[in-house]
Amino acid sequence: MDTPTTAVIDRQGLDELLAELVSRGYRTLGPVVADGAVVTREVTSCVDLPAGWHDEQGPGRYRLHHHDGNGRLFAWAVGPTSPKALFFPPKEVVWRAAAGENGPVPVEVEGDDRAVALVGIRPCEVAALRILDGVLSGGAVTDPGYRARREAAVVVVAECGEPAGTCFCGSMGTGPGCEAGFDLALTEIGRGARWRVVVRSGSALGAELLAGITVEPITGTDEEARHKVLASARARMGRRLEVEGLAAALEAAQEDPGWAAVADRCLSCGNCTLVCPTCFCSDVEDVSDLSGGLERRRRWASCFDLDHSYLHGGAVRPTVQSRYRQWLTHKLSSWWEQFGTSGCVGCGRCITWCPVGIDLTEEATALAAGRRTVP
Amino acid sequence: MTTTATSRPEPGRPSVAVWKFASCDGCQLSLLDCEDELLALAGRVRFAHFPEMSRTSTGGPYDLSLVEGSVTTPADAARILEIRRLSRRVVTIGACATAGGIQGLRNFAAAGEYAAAVYARPEYLSTLDTSTPISDHIEVDGELHGCPVDRGQLLEVITAHLAGRRPVLSGSSVCQECKARGTVCLLVARGTACLGPVTRAGCGALCPSLDRACFGCFGPSDAPNVAALADRLVGDGHGRGELGRLLRTFNAGAGPFAAGSTALLGPDPEMGSPDHG
Ligand code: SF4
Ligand code: SF4
Ligand code: SF4
Ligand code: SF4
Ligand code: SF4
Repeated sequence: MDTPTTAVIDRQGLDELLAELVSRGYRTLGPVVADGAVVTREVTSCVDLPAGWHDEQGPGRYRLHHHDGNGRLFAWAVGPTSPKALFFPPKEVVWRAAAGENGPVPVEVEGDDRAVALVGIRPCEVAALRILDGVLSGGAVTDPGYRARREAAVVVVAECGEPAGTCFCGSMGTGPGCEAGFDLALTEIGRGARWRVVVRSGSALGAELLAGITVEPITGTDEEARHKVLASARARMGRRLEVEGLAAALEAAQEDPGWAAVADRCLSCGNCTLVCPTCFCSDVEDVSDLSGGLERRRRWASCFDLDHSYLHGGAVRPTVQSRYRQWLTHKLSSWWEQFGTSGCVGCGRCITWCPVGIDLTEEATALAAGRRTVP
Repeated sequence: MTTTATSRPEPGRPSVAVWKFASCDGCQLSLLDCEDELLALAGRVRFAHFPEMSRTSTGGPYDLSLVEGSVTTPADAARILEIRRLSRRVVTIGACATAGGIQGLRNFAAAGEYAAAVYARPEYLSTLDTSTPISDHIEVDGELHGCPVDRGQLLEVITAHLAGRRPVLSGSSVCQECKARGTVCLLVARGTACLGPVTRAGCGALCPSLDRACFGCFGPSDAPNVAALADRLVGDGHGRGELGRLLRTFNAGAGPFAAGSTALLGPDPEMGSPDHG
């Protein structure tokens, strides 16, 4: 049988896809409106998805609005949660031992080991996972838990038609379209009664899933509609960042007085690093309990923590200025040297979820000004 | 460190003493609240002095003294010196002991004003003009923040003491626990005045997870920038009085919160008075 790699589906097709993922035993996660934001939760059908919801994002500000009747399910940009948390959990017991007669005896750490199906993650998040893969799996070190969870996961990306005011994936080359790193890619076209989704498969599993649901063949008009959605999104990016020469310019800006100015506003709270889909810093803690049991735990950490750079006798980055500089230069400059890519995918989360609205694109642009060498 | 206890810890179960100064007893109760662990705990330590738990009290020296409450009377100022002398380790627990507590509001008012407002015959009182943290009076070996303290952290401090290791405590912000928990930020998504960004982690971001902004009961984090947070919240339309009073709650006397509230409210003691609902 010939399986098409591209097709068009309606709500029925999408419902069938979700049902199929659930019936295959995947912990099927998708976008859901909860607590005033689009967040990731378990979903079973289109009814769970954010129909008609649209987000308004700016520095330190996020609001949801509902537009009745347009029926669109993906007319929003990334929310506060990112797939990072699913593969690199905020807290994880990595080793455990119980008290034994002759000392501690290791015991197995059990967890939810169901494979995850991620439905409706955005192109910048697919790009972020590729970056995290390079850091945590397959690079210099491999985190076995991360790797196992990633390899088992199904990715159904939803290309972006409505970038937020803080998005700049267009500048980073990570969106609003998506060409790799997924099993299936969805693009919403049309609205109301003419609402449809273009589906493309990007893997054997994706093609198999596509073959199992009700589809219509794709027409030239549908292809064109998809390209229009992406072109329009590209033209409406809320922010932009000129990356040409940026990494070197920021490296040359280490002593700029601008760092002190941003440090005056920065709360050193670490929200930016924890919402960032690529930040991977963690702390490892060893604890004992009253019965003699032992546990080694890993939890998310941030370079904004004073104790993150604590060596014998004190912190290497004692000032907010030095910590902000670490964050910004790691994301946009030294990450290149370390991992051969940018550490930023332009998702805009660090701008939106910064309690004081510090804008990474604005700070980086100002700090690099006059320092870019044009080749 | 001024270790004034002379004798070595008794072999066997280390002795723990729990002391009360000006406080509500909530932090000590957190210890009794550890129902699941209490028996295991009692098997590992000897509670030599813990009036909330037992009338029996043996004399010192003590291996570990947990001190709740702030110093508000001349008698207490003397008593804490004696406790230090009798204790190998002193760990202060809660907002009162670490920052002066709610009663630290008196530090911002004219001496005697509250006493005159509350008591018919204030001349019978023998109190100090200030409510001060224990660390203003003696060297302490550790501090646990919160109003009340977190049960898990309290157990961790005792367990770490027994194992001879450092307790695992974080000095970062409540926001980090809030993000780790996956709570949607109340400040960004709703404009609520939340003190999480400047407040010490430890509670697991309890309040935001229950739809309530953090009111700073764990006191300032390691590196708080209260002025910048206040600027943003004032810009959002929150009143200076509202924010100043928010900072003058459980940890009014903690340095960065005190400076922040004074900058917001000005030196006028009236505005800091407790008559706000
Ligand atoms: S640095 Fe900011 S914009 Fe870039 S990926 Fe991280 S959170 Fe997104
Ligand atoms: S920016 Fe900071 S928290 Fe993020 S990966 Fe780099 S050092 Fe770690
Ligand atoms: S840049 Fe914003 S989110 Fe990041 S630490 Fe500073 S205040 Fe917090
Ligand atoms: S709700 Fe409060 S504690 Fe949570 S992230 Fe927002 S500001 Fe921080
Ligand atoms: S969220 Fe804030 S007020 Fe609530 S328990 Fe934690 S530190 Fe205290």
